[in-house]
Amino acid sequence: MSKDDVILKAEGLYKSYRMGEARVSVLGGVDLAVKKGEFVAIVGASGSGKSTLLHILGALDRPDKGIVSFEGRDLSRMGERELNKFRNKMVGFVFQFYHLLDELSVLENVFLPAMASKGVFGWLGSRRWARGRAGELLGELGLSERANHKPYQLSGGERQRAAIGRALMNEPRILLADEPTGNLDSATGNGILKVFEKLNRAGQTIVMVTHDERIAQKAGRIITLADGRVK
Amino acid sequence: MFIVVVVMTVITGLVRDFKASNHKWVGDCVVGTESLVGFPYYEDFIKRIEGSDFIEGVSAVVKSYALVKNRDLEGSSGAEIMGIDPVKHSRVTGFGETLYHRKNDVSKAFEPAYDPNLAGCVVGIDKWLVRDEKGRYSYEVSPVEAALMVSCFPLTSKGALAKAGTDLVNTKTFYYSDTSHSRLAGVDSEFIYLPLEETQLLCGMAGPVKRISEIHIKFKPGVKLEDGCDKVAALWKRFVEEKKSEKQAELLDTVTVQSWKEYRRAFIAAMEKEQTMLTIMFALVGVTTVFIVFVVFYMIVSHKSKDVGILKSIGVSNMDIIELFSYFAFLMGLSGSAVGAFCGWLFLLKINRIEDLLFKHFGFQLWDRTMYAIGDIPNTIDSRVLAVIIVLAIAACLAGAFLPSRRAAKLEAVETLQVSQL
Repeated sequence: MSKDDVILKAEGLYKSYRMGEARVSVLGGVDLAVKKGEFVAIVGASGSGKSTLLHILGALDRPDKGIVSFEGRDLSRMGERELNKFRNKMVGFVFQFYHLLDELSVLENVFLPAMASKGVFGWLGSRRWARGRAGELLGELGLSERANHKPYQLSGGERQRAAIGRALMNEPRILLADEPTGNLDSATGNGILKVFEKLNRAGQTIVMVTHDERIAQKAGRIITLADGRVK
Repeated sequence: MFIVVVVMTVITGLVRDFKASNHKWVGDCVVGTESLVGFPYYEDFIKRIEGSDFIEGVSAVVKSYALVKNRDLEGSSGAEIMGIDPVKHSRVTGFGETLYHRKNDVSKAFEPAYDPNLAGCVVGIDKWLVRDEKGRYSYEVSPVEAALMVSCFPLTSKGALAKAGTDLVNTKTFYYSDTSHSRLAGVDSEFIYLPLEETQLLCGMAGPVKRISEIHIKFKPGVKLEDGCDKVAALWKRFVEEKKSEKQAELLDTVTVQSWKEYRRAFIAAMEKEQTMLTIMFALVGVTTVFIVFVVFYMIVSHKSKDVGILKSIGVSNMDIIELFSYFAFLMGLSGSAVGAFCGWLFLLKINRIEDLLFKHFGFQLWDRTMYAIGDIPNTIDSRVLAVIIVLAIAACLAGAFLPSRRAAKLEAVETLQVSQL
């Protein structure tokens, strides 16, 4: 693996949580590297630290020890402003429970990251573009008819596709998906996986966490976590 | 907001009207003494200040107490008497405007229409006429003939009774010529206005060294009240120095120079105190509002913690989260203020009509007009007061929302988006 191909790298990641009096170790020295354009699946049993690892890779959480570098830049050296920018521009998150805002329409949910990256005046200037881009994404994801619906009016699969649209809004370098099919039936889950495969074929780097080996098989590479370490 | 706008408009209007009436009754500045003996050499001082470039008008006034008896009625009553030159006094104060029959010719204020050769007097309206329940006076078409016997104790320059051992009192009959409606309850129910020279005679202030109680002064337009009063005080100080060796000069030491606000402080302060107490009360309501907004926003943040996590996961900063909630609080304050102010304005627009209807159908009046010298309820919204109320309402919303917004900003996305938190 050439050094230039690596987009995301984790070295010696440790993470533990306090649970009452005890301290529970979740990650115990995880090392991994993800290349540009790769589709990586992280698998492991429940509680093995998959989601924690994904959150750390996406700068939603900080490790107790270890380094996460994105395109060679150490995330721990980034300030709060840079991390926000990183989460907004470089990474797109897809969660198991979609996490769409119920008050907004599907279209508004999709262009939300573009809105978040602009100030009031910046948003006024780029609003038309953002709506257009969100509309395109919804078209690609087969949700054009649902653009003005509220999330609670959509099925689980549609909601997840809307969440994928939101994750892709700012054309992130890497898509991080946490159990994206975990809340869906098998057929719908397969549909979501097909979307991921299509995106990956178009060059999108994807890191997906799942506990389902069958789903993980769709990825180009599988990393197994056990007892807080890569097996 | 509605209540604050209505109550503050009414109380501010009452205080404003009360101050304006006091200002009109007094003029800008008063050089005077509280001593019933008065002070001498006022003509010299008036001559001196009349030439000053900041003085518009000057009026000499004698103030004292008297027993008044209507010749056609039994019994007598106490009254305050004010000796004035009506023309000069109207240049300094709003005296002319307070008259009813002689409003257009103040020089005839003390000439009874039924016999101009008689010595006339102007009576405070509440001493002469009765208000109906709507606050209206039933004026006569022309003044009725009535003789008022005014008795005073004349005093020497030393403060002793001038006629000790003889009659003790000076009595003169004046004929009712007009009423004065100053819109000051205490004044309109106590004062009788008499010609200056006659009052000096009654009070023992005539003679070779004439005395008066006060000099009322009006400044030229543009002269600041404090500046004008300071100038008069300086002139008076110099004048007293010059008169030091003259007869009765010790009486000049009792004289003070006061602005109209200081002169009427005892009365204005009571109104201002009520206004201040209301303001404090509304400030406490404001504190409660802050607390209510705090609770509401705390609940919103608790309810929306997942949404905050979602926003943070797409790169929204802590400051953006605070701004978002603050913007919401601002809009809440602004829209609440706008609705409250509009309803308040609408209510104030019709407040007198509403009161009339309530009085007509239920006999309810905010203020009993037979007792209080209030005409219509003041309903002109003071734009500055309204602006302050709106700004404070918005500030209260922002203050109440601040801590919950900070709490929202401090939420960790990873915790709020955990499956166990959903």
